Amino acid sequence: MTVRGLKEALDLSAFALPEGDRDVRGGYAGDLLSWVMGRAREGDAWLTIMSNANIVAVATLADVSCILLCEGVEPDKGVAGLAAEKGINLLGSGRSVFELSALVKELL
Amino acid sequence: MAETLKFHYDVDGDNFTSAGAASVEVKRKLRQLGLDAETIRRVSIAMYEGEINMVVHARGGSADVYVDKDGITIILADRGPGIPDIDLAMQEGYSTAPDNIRALGFGAGMGLPNMKRYTDEMKIDTVLGQGTTVTMKVFIHPANV
Ligand SMILES: Nc1ncnc2c1ncn2[C@@H]1O[C@H](COP(=O)(O)OP(=O)(O)O)[C@@H](O)[C@H]1O
Ligand SMILES: [Mg+2]
Repeated sequence: MTVRGLKEALDLSAFALPEGDRDVRGGYAGDLLSWVMGRAREGDAWLTIMSNANIVAVATLADVSCILLCEGVEPDKGVAGLAAEKGINLLGSGRSVFELSALVKELL
Repeated sequence: MAETLKFHYDVDGDNFTSAGAASVEVKRKLRQLGLDAETIRRVSIAMYEGEINMVVHARGGSADVYVDKDGITIILADRGPGIPDIDLAMQEGYSTAPDNIRALGFGAGMGLPNMKRYTDEMKIDTVLGQGTTVTMKVFIHPANV
């Protein structure tokens, strides 16, 4: 499923969607950046509540297909623009990390 | 690659927002060179962790990356406080990062362990009060080319 497909299916809000056609291959949930760097796989959807600019660099380096901000968290000022500029899909949901993980897993 | 390619970056110690920029740039270069995804991934993880450590623990530093046919060498040098006990620092979960840094998602104490895990060679030279130099090497495995 593509990131855009995920957005439609789960009614996610799009803060930045520069690469909507990217394939979502799996998922990883976590807020500690070193864990995400070391464990997330290429193409994963990354579920987190971290909203600062550093998530864009981590998403780029870990090569995840999108960042999903959970619990209604919004990106910090300037982060959506940065994500768009760097080609990182940044979406949001009011659901908890647990709930959204389960829903994403069901769709893949 | 007939010759060695060299890249140099200054890593700003005051700017958490741009932290990781050198690693992102190196990743882009390695992609252009057509290196395999797994090698690029290992270099990205190791260099990012080292770059963040210089920003968080040592007020910045410099990054030099050398690429030749055998592999990628990353040298991260800073003039920070040095590491008093390397064995302790290498332990998973050990971190001296302050709360404001942890709030950003750093300080899991997994940086040095990740660097070790994702590289083929890693050496730490550190002198208290003078600085730390971390040298890492990732071999390009023939099977991955
Ligand atoms: N370049 C450095 N200069 C000084 N101290 C460092 C440096 N890199 C790592 N350290 C020390 O080693 C500890 C462990 O590093 P690391 O495993 O990356 O965890 P973290 O960065 O999450 O604290 C740090 O908390 C810090 O005390
Ligand atoms: Mg670290």
